[in-house]
Amino acid sequence: MSSMEKVLDKYSSKVYKNRKAHILEKTDELQSITADVRTVPGIMTNRGCCYAGCKGVVLAPIKDAAIIVHGPIGCSFYTWGTRRHKAKGDENTKNFLEYCFSTDMQEADIVFGGEKKLRQAIKEVVEIFNPATVMICSTCPVGLIGDDIHAVAAEAEALYGIKVMAFSCEGYKGVSQSGGHHIASNGLIKHVIGTGDTRVPKQFAINILGEYNIGGDGWEINRVLKRIGYDIICSIPGDGSYEEMRNAHVADLNLVQCHRSINYVAEMMQVQYGIPWLKVNFIGVNGTIETLRSIAKYFDDEGLTAKTEEVIADEVAMIIDDMEYYKTKLKGKTAAIFLGGSRSHHYQTLLKDLEMETVLAGYEFGHRDDYEGREVIPNIKHDGDSKSIESITVSKVPDKYKVRLSEERYAKLKEEINLEYYGGLIKDVEKGVIIVDDLNHFETEEFLKLLKPDVFFAGIKDKYVAQKGGTLSRQLHSYDYSGPYAGFAGAVNFARDVTMGISTPAWGLVKAPWKTEPTLTGQVAGGEV
Amino acid sequence: MLDLTPKEVSERKALRINPAKTCQPVGAIYAALGVHKCMPHSHGSQGCCSFHRMYLTRHFKEPAIAASSSFTEGSSVFGGGANIKASVKNIFDMYKADIIAVHTTCLSETIGDDLNSFIQEIDIPEGKYVVHTNTPSYVGSHVTGFGNMISGFIKYLAKSTKVSNGKLNIMPGFVNPGDMREMKRLADLMGASYIMLPDTSGVLDAPMTGHYDMYPRGGTKIEDIISMGDSKITFALGELTCEAPANTLEKKCGVPYKTMPLPMGVAATDAYIMALSQFTKNEVPYEIEEERGQLVDIMLDGHPYFHNKSVAIYGDPDTVLGITALVLEMGMIPKYIVTGTPGDAFNKKAEELFEQAGVTGCVAKAAGDLFELHQWIKNDPVDVMIGGTHGKHIARAEDIPLVRAGFPILDRYVHSMMAIVGYKGAIRLVELILTALMDRQDRDCNEEDMEMIM
Repeated sequence: MSSMEKVLDKYSSKVYKNRKAHILEKTDELQSITADVRTVPGIMTNRGCCYAGCKGVVLAPIKDAAIIVHGPIGCSFYTWGTRRHKAKGDENTKNFLEYCFSTDMQEADIVFGGEKKLRQAIKEVVEIFNPATVMICSTCPVGLIGDDIHAVAAEAEALYGIKVMAFSCEGYKGVSQSGGHHIASNGLIKHVIGTGDTRVPKQFAINILGEYNIGGDGWEINRVLKRIGYDIICSIPGDGSYEEMRNAHVADLNLVQCHRSINYVAEMMQVQYGIPWLKVNFIGVNGTIETLRSIAKYFDDEGLTAKTEEVIADEVAMIIDDMEYYKTKLKGKTAAIFLGGSRSHHYQTLLKDLEMETVLAGYEFGHRDDYEGREVIPNIKHDGDSKSIESITVSKVPDKYKVRLSEERYAKLKEEINLEYYGGLIKDVEKGVIIVDDLNHFETEEFLKLLKPDVFFAGIKDKYVAQKGGTLSRQLHSYDYSGPYAGFAGAVNFARDVTMGISTPAWGLVKAPWKTEPTLTGQVAGGEV
Repeated sequence: MLDLTPKEVSERKALRINPAKTCQPVGAIYAALGVHKCMPHSHGSQGCCSFHRMYLTRHFKEPAIAASSSFTEGSSVFGGGANIKASVKNIFDMYKADIIAVHTTCLSETIGDDLNSFIQEIDIPEGKYVVHTNTPSYVGSHVTGFGNMISGFIKYLAKSTKVSNGKLNIMPGFVNPGDMREMKRLADLMGASYIMLPDTSGVLDAPMTGHYDMYPRGGTKIEDIISMGDSKITFALGELTCEAPANTLEKKCGVPYKTMPLPMGVAATDAYIMALSQFTKNEVPYEIEEERGQLVDIMLDGHPYFHNKSVAIYGDPDTVLGITALVLEMGMIPKYIVTGTPGDAFNKKAEELFEQAGVTGCVAKAAGDLFELHQWIKNDPVDVMIGGTHGKHIARAEDIPLVRAGFPILDRYVHSMMAIVGYKGAIRLVELILTALMDRQDRDCNEEDMEMIM
């Protein structure tokens, strides 16, 4: 029996039927997986909710926005400083990342409605902080009691003369964080992107989408891109600001790092402003090199291409010795990797750089296209759960639309680079690798026992489960408070941290000597020992 | 750091900024983890459960299990009856729990799910239990949820057979496993036979064995919770946290209760020891006397470094009051004490402590937040802060040493194993406070004033 069958076999028939469709073993054939559907109740899933995806992931990094969470205190508290999306303010940009704003709804607000309190909270946030913009995110009870946060936002916008936007991202919508990414993206398209006219783009103007600056990843990526000569209009959203994002429409190319969370923005900007997008991967040395070359190909400029190669050579020279050293420590080590919706794929290149071997990979909230590639999008069936997530249709914005590529060049580039295409995880793993969607606690335990990986890359909820069982676990949502892991320098940080985890002496101390050696020594009666 | 916080304090009626509390369900999960072979279950959206597990894991650096009813929009319209039914079956099937402790969320509370009748309709396997409590997130705080979950266990399980088990019930308050261990050690030294509910020691401080055990050795046994109805008395430690569940038990089974502050500092630990002595009729052994004497000894020895120093304390109500009592015994001035948890009882108890110690000009505030505390500090600073991780930005912004104590502490290790209750716990807190202040002197003094001996 394969390890996949062994795990599934332990389920009751109903759960078996459900989970079977979410697990596969990579073969040579074209494979399909079930994803982005509701989790079986009672199964300890790693998934979060719509609010977590909207406020916690996409909006929270926007540093100059005062985000008021409309609801009881918890939801706001849990997304306060917990995700390591670093940001720096400056004299023109306020940074609210150290602040947590909530309407802290009480019983009376639930019974009589919370709009009055929300109105007052906006007034107070404006009076105390005078922010560039106010965002309102709703939590479960708000949708149920019918508070009209959009009307309150519109009213406040007129009253205070600053942008006030509302996001109906109640936790019960959709099946995971993913719905929240979509709702947040819709809001950025409707209210932010394209509303600015202060930025004049220079040559090679780009936006970086779906890069969250966890542990400073975005800063490391920007450092390299700036060395090459790109004009970075804005980052959406890592270390990003409302003011910068308003001008995002002037870029000539959108780089998409996290496909799952931000592809909506890239697609809609393509329609509205004619900006093509490119799926990139700044994780891993070879991933970063390939990405830099793809961007250069897009711009097709001799100087830029030469500079790209020069920077690549220089950056690689700076890290090659370290990478070679760590490779001697990590080569042949096996890894299981279970993360949100794109990272499990991104890290494949870095693991390959280090000649580590993946035995299991999966996404918490990926869709089928994140596994199988965008070619399956037309075939994805929508159900009631996915239909509960707002989807908007946009059209060309005539005065801001610009054609960037001729049809001919577009077709040629489509052949050469990941232009408006994402191939998904499955294609990039070796035969025999287990792919699991929405891996749960039970499966984690069972697969770790069966596959015995040297390291399990996951999140905080799994980390100590794995480690108590004797498997090193490194968090790849938060990098265990290290980083950056992106780009060239990041690859070394990653390799150093994994090596450290594997070699820390405590692993050798787990068994007490009396568990393996006899402790009672005695004498044979009448004789000497 | 926190550059946008203005010095001028303005009245806020609606906006909570940088809270000093979170919502009920996380407290309910923490309490449920203190029952052996128990699976906490969150009846609501997945996000709640995920957030709570993350938070508890970050504080304890240990696995924190809990399952969710995984509400969708449909469940929110039609009710979560089918979800809880499926959950219970799957949890018993897959996770082999002996008991499931369900708590509600603001979602299931707002739609009015009736957990009582849902649970009655479920076919629960022989020898297994499902209990529940209501934890609306828009009432109270995580501390309220902790107490409510204890009440939930008692309502479903505790029984009075009219035959006394001769035991003492201890409800330990919202404290760390290290604190629960210390309370038990003192009770053992006093020769008491007791049942502690909940008891997260041996669960959230479980050892590394190389083998993951979903249900570690610790936690209150179900049969012991049942037997609590036959105990002679309940000690509700942490009056603002545990009086409600102790009262629930009294009402249900007629077990009288005695509320006490958390045994923090000399007097409150004395009260705990005296109460144990009255219960057991045993004299206080030398070992405890020795610890008490050691504590008073270091308080005398170290006093030049902390006497009259001002302190800001924030966190959960009973913990803040406990630390306040200790610092007053040390001769410090608890200038600001803040809890996010609402309730006037906190303010009253704080005023009593201030009055007893004869200090004036100190401010206590329930339902406060860290933003306001920061503003107070900006206007009139303190020498040291004591509380959880969320005060670290204020400490850095105002260059004030921070002693970490309470919940949550997300940015340090080991703390949850180390008691701050009992005489030994107080010795540790005194050391932490002394070290913070003395390190500060070493850092700040003129080079020529650097002392070799202090």
